[in-house]
Amino acid sequence: MRNTYIPYPVRIKQTRVETEDKQLKSFQLEFINDADAEAFKYAPGQFAELSVSGYGEIPIGIASSPTEGKDLLFTVNKVGVVSSRLHDMKAGDVMGVRGPLGNSYPLKAAEGKNIVIVAGGFAVTTLRSTMIWLLDPANRKKYGEITFIYGARTPGMLLYTEEWKSWQASGQANVHVTIDREAPGWDGLVGFVPTVTGEVAPKPDNAIALICGPPIMIKFTQPVFDKMGWQPDQIVMSLENRMKCGIGICGRCNVGPHYVCKDGPVFTKAQLDKLPREY
Amino acid sequence: MAEKILAKDKLEGFLGALRQSHEVFAPAMVEGKVAWAPVEGAEGLLWEFANSEMSPKDFFFPQTECMMRFVNKADDPQGMIMQAEPLLNKQRALLNIRPCDAKAFQVLDLIFIQDEMTNDIYWRDKREKTVLIGLACNDPCPTCFCTSVNCGPHHETGLDLLLVDLGDKFLVKVLTDKGEALTKDLPAAGAEEAKAASALKAKAEAQITAKVGMDKVNAAEVMPLYELPLWDRVMENCLNCGTCTFCCPTCHCFDIQDETSGEAGRRVRNWDYCMSWLFTMHGTGHNPRGAKKDRVRQRFMHKFKYIPMKRGGEIGCVGCGRCVQLCPVNIDVRAVVNQMNG
Repeated sequence: MRNTYIPYPVRIKQTRVETEDKQLKSFQLEFINDADAEAFKYAPGQFAELSVSGYGEIPIGIASSPTEGKDLLFTVNKVGVVSSRLHDMKAGDVMGVRGPLGNSYPLKAAEGKNIVIVAGGFAVTTLRSTMIWLLDPANRKKYGEITFIYGARTPGMLLYTEEWKSWQASGQANVHVTIDREAPGWDGLVGFVPTVTGEVAPKPDNAIALICGPPIMIKFTQPVFDKMGWQPDQIVMSLENRMKCGIGICGRCNVGPHYVCKDGPVFTKAQLDKLPREY
Repeated sequence: MAEKILAKDKLEGFLGALRQSHEVFAPAMVEGKVAWAPVEGAEGLLWEFANSEMSPKDFFFPQTECMMRFVNKADDPQGMIMQAEPLLNKQRALLNIRPCDAKAFQVLDLIFIQDEMTNDIYWRDKREKTVLIGLACNDPCPTCFCTSVNCGPHHETGLDLLLVDLGDKFLVKVLTDKGEALTKDLPAAGAEEAKAASALKAKAEAQITAKVGMDKVNAAEVMPLYELPLWDRVMENCLNCGTCTFCCPTCHCFDIQDETSGEAGRRVRNWDYCMSWLFTMHGTGHNPRGAKKDRVRQRFMHKFKYIPMKRGGEIGCVGCGRCVQLCPVNIDVRAVVNQMNG
């Protein structure tokens, strides 16, 4: 009987400040024990509890894709005790990872379909995982058109810029990246994610949409999809809530009868329409 | 299922044998209140008591529990790596546990132990190493409503043995293999004794007049219940003090915190409660249950709608009535559920 509260020990291999406000930092983690790396089998959309001994744990979406090898990538927003401590840690430091936790994006069920990904701000993390996974040659052929819409406040707040530029260049996906307002040196799209989504106008036929972003973005993006004729079961969203155990016991992350940590974080709009908006 | 007899003058011998292999606990009068205490012998055991003020859930889910430890030293090769706390190194027996509390733990088993990932080793280990010897209620309290929530004063679910007090002896219902192992030397009960126990059961059940209806709650969707105007009224009285959650045998929410003292570090879990605003607050300051009403509603919805939906109709309440007795502003769960069902 495995103790699923004990984190796997990992070492920070590399850190990278991602945004101009220095609030977002990425951590590449390598497992200390090979057996743990073997045991950690995950899919895009899942998350893990990052453990910093003496400070606690935080639930963070996995930004790496299982197609990238054994190391894990997390991009962490600095907001509380654990994330602040984590931001002070450096390559070589030992911490822990517990997971993988939660369900994942329904990529198996979406085979043969067009996929529209809409990301806002740093919620792009698990959608990075999804894009890397989808564009892997072994997976790409199973899907139709892939559309990636991503927005941030300024060019300096965009994550993974080299990567989405390469997706764009590859011709494997339709990439639409936008910033809120004109900025010097930016020659890409300008405007909020809901507006850009309306302009790109992805068709609902044989398609699913994966949406992850701040509540305000989701609030204004949903009606855009509704107007274009998308049905609630075609729209898939990833939620976050405060969590502790991460395995559906400790009681705080529920939305109605469902625990975001165990039954989510990925839900369809059809599911959420029947539940309290406690997220 | 075998029924046996334990004469009260044989109780000391039964306990002696039990104590050879188990650490035994039972409700006792402690500073004027009924509380769980270690058992040294038959003397001082209570046979007529309502129930312990606090449920015995802390035998399985302690108020504070160390889950793992680490050496708080980054330059130590083993430093900062969490090591699991050792499990229970003994067998225990809870004697005279009331049927409602035993039933509560059976409901919690469905939550703590679900699958390979949701397999709470701390809960499970203590459950597996503890035998539950129940004492049937022959004289329920006015606050009891177990018969409305899949339970009862002589309920057997979750128990290894159920004792029914027949005056000078107990009828012992043997309910599991663990219970069988402890009672193999006891004589079988006769038809008269079984009949007397049945009569006591019927009398106790009849004595519980408080009724809670769940039929409409069960049939309803989540949102109509969530949006009932009654939450505005219940919320007005509630202090969000959490007393109901701490005394409740099925409330199981917890927090996990790290503690360090020099080079010693540990990760502990503590009882937490849904009445606290911090319980759900995001790191960003956003709070999905930021208003008192949200939190009050959560407790009732969790027990009477969400748990039944997720756990095959099992209810997150066993009708023990502790929250009715202890709520400082007299919120009565029975009235709230009847309004939900109204």
